[in-house]
Amino acid sequence: MNQPVLPAAVELDADGPLYAARKQVYPQSVSGTFRRIKWGLMAFCLGVYYLLPFVRWDRGLGAPSQAVLVDLPNSRFYFFFIELWPQEVYYFTGLLIVAAIALFLMNSLGGRIWCGYLCPQTVWTDLFYAVERMVEGDRRERMQKAAARGTMKLERFAEITLKHSIWLLIAWWTGGAWVLYFNDAPTLVQELVTFQAPMLAYIWIAILTATTYLLAGFMREQVCVYMCPWPRIQAALTDEWALNVTYKYDRGEKRTSLKKASELRAHGEAAGDCIDCYQCVAVCPTGIDIRDGAQLECIQCGLCIDACDTVMKKVGREPRLIGYDNDINIQRRQAGKPPIYRIVRPRTLVYSAMIAGVGAIMLYALLTRSLLDVNVLHDRNPVAVRLSDGSIRNAYTVRFLNKRAFDRVVAIDIDGPNNATVHVVGADSVTPDRPMIILGRDATTELRVLVTAPSEDNLEKSIPVKFRVTDIGLGEIASATDNFVSP
Amino acid sequence: MAEQNDFDHVSGKTTTGHEWDGIKELNTPLPRWWVLTFYACIIWAVGYWVVYPSWPLLSSYLPGVMHYSSRADVAVELANLEKSRGEKMVALGAASLADIEKDPALLALARARGKTVFGDNCAPCHGSGAAGAKGYPNLNDDDWLWGGTLDQIMQTIQFGVRSGHAKTHDSAMLAFGKDGTLKPEQIVTVANYVRSLSGLPTRQGYDAGAGAKIFAENCTVCHGDAGKGNQELGAPNLTDKIWLYGSDEATVVETITNGRTGVMPAWVGRLDPSTIKVMAVYVHSLGGGK
Repeated sequence: MNQPVLPAAVELDADGPLYAARKQVYPQSVSGTFRRIKWGLMAFCLGVYYLLPFVRWDRGLGAPSQAVLVDLPNSRFYFFFIELWPQEVYYFTGLLIVAAIALFLMNSLGGRIWCGYLCPQTVWTDLFYAVERMVEGDRRERMQKAAARGTMKLERFAEITLKHSIWLLIAWWTGGAWVLYFNDAPTLVQELVTFQAPMLAYIWIAILTATTYLLAGFMREQVCVYMCPWPRIQAALTDEWALNVTYKYDRGEKRTSLKKASELRAHGEAAGDCIDCYQCVAVCPTGIDIRDGAQLECIQCGLCIDACDTVMKKVGREPRLIGYDNDINIQRRQAGKPPIYRIVRPRTLVYSAMIAGVGAIMLYALLTRSLLDVNVLHDRNPVAVRLSDGSIRNAYTVRFLNKRAFDRVVAIDIDGPNNATVHVVGADSVTPDRPMIILGRDATTELRVLVTAPSEDNLEKSIPVKFRVTDIGLGEIASATDNFVSP
Repeated sequence: MAEQNDFDHVSGKTTTGHEWDGIKELNTPLPRWWVLTFYACIIWAVGYWVVYPSWPLLSSYLPGVMHYSSRADVAVELANLEKSRGEKMVALGAASLADIEKDPALLALARARGKTVFGDNCAPCHGSGAAGAKGYPNLNDDDWLWGGTLDQIMQTIQFGVRSGHAKTHDSAMLAFGKDGTLKPEQIVTVANYVRSLSGLPTRQGYDAGAGAKIFAENCTVCHGDAGKGNQELGAPNLTDKIWLYGSDEATVVETITNGRTGVMPAWVGRLDPSTIKVMAVYVHSLGGGK
């Protein structure tokens, strides 16, 4: 059995070190396919986030004209042609289910695509790094400047001030965009500029400014490594076919310089394609060495692929020494077999089917969503009242929901006991046999409705009664069923 | 479980020495910012003790320098609620009873508020849903002793029935038996006559003519010639299907023998006018209002 060899640096202290000092990361700029994809996605995500509140959507007079709006005081959510009420929160449940399974699907296809390209932490950190690079220079310069911390000149001080100012500006804009989703954006912008916005808006902007500035400017990869649960969950969801950013060790070891490698090969000894230039480490935003294999810290952004490809092109070797791949293919190539990629496999099929299924259910629910609804609650005490002429009356609390953006007139009919009549308390009965009421737009109306049946000796103890609400103008119908009880 | 520290050659890290089924726990130190945040939280907690109520003492607690109390928060919230409600209640107070019923918003407000004050003040006798009980009228039906219009209901709530208030509804169903006005067999006869007015079956061998005669001599003053009652006097309609104390012969005989003098307290002076108003609207809206 192998005896572990203790490196000299490791001391077997009883408690170990109290804490680990952070290793500052200075990612180098890089260009290539994945960098371009990342720029594109960053522009798209930030563009949507910052500009969406300003998109208008005409919903008619009196209704908000903002395409995406969370109207908390009136408890409404608007999304283009969709308007949701609080009791329809299940659409969000559906959306969350789809989002979760989409995350699983992404993961089984291409690993941590979310982490590397779409996660807000990645997007804003990437943006903040770009600012840092623009102001302070690339990796080498930043490292030198950081090392020369003790001897700070005015120029350096100005540089640091500029960097933090731009960061704070971005952070402030991020917080500002957030509050715009909860208010009419143009109005709020005007109020914010003239210092007339509600205090809450300023507080939220301050909170979001602080979190953006701290998380993207300072915490960065620490969020992914220590704070985020997804790397842990992801490890449990992956399988052997998922494509992950992988160093292809099948392209030979050992890693050595171009010159040394040709010497070794001339002598018939093994040498790998990797020239050990550490470019993959230099560009990594979490500061790891991808050649150590899959690891928790890797957000799989693919920047090391771009860095390595650039080098391979320079030295005239085949690109994609690092690429989206998996261990199965590495072993197949080592065994001289062609690699196989199984995009379509039970796992991805099941995830896709689940997304399609939940999506279809949501779409169906959304398309058949009623804009007129009625709920009925029978009086409990008394359940039934006998009137002086012997007839029987039941009282109900009826709640009408008008989800349209205009007032409308509805008529109330009942199917219940023979010759029963219906009366709405407080409603002027222009048509005594068929009460009509006005339902305010985009609101609920609660009314007391009385149903009276003439006395019959053999009236059943309980008869189903159906309340049918008909929109006089549009012909829309909603109904609810309760019981008519005899004393 | 081994307790001594160990070195894991795969990860290059020490372990805590804890082992479960051959799996050892790596000794991974916390990041510095985490440790600092932890200490900051401890310092924050100390500040919290000083500012807010914290340690329990023998008979009280340390109140903290701010003397904060969530109970005081509730008091403020309640005061604010009363204030915001005040404006609406003023609007309600200004509107006439009939106008309230015509305005859906005012009606909804009056009904909501009325339900609460009804529960607080009226439910002990009339029941939480105003279903009433023997001797206590059901307010959901359309039979009213003292009238079922908004104004009449308002009047009854304000001054009560036989309440002792100067303006109260006052009258009495006389105790015909106890006073010796009618003999027991006469009472049984007239009781059967009264039952027959609303179509209830009568006792075998009952003399309808005698019953009508007794009724005409003793009862019509209040209940009217046809027994339809008189709301001016609070005399119930004897021809309908609703019986405050019960319609069986024994109960009717008891009523005629001993009389009935149900009491409802006057609410004027106990409740403010706008509260009495919403109560009237609420009772009227239960379904039986005229």
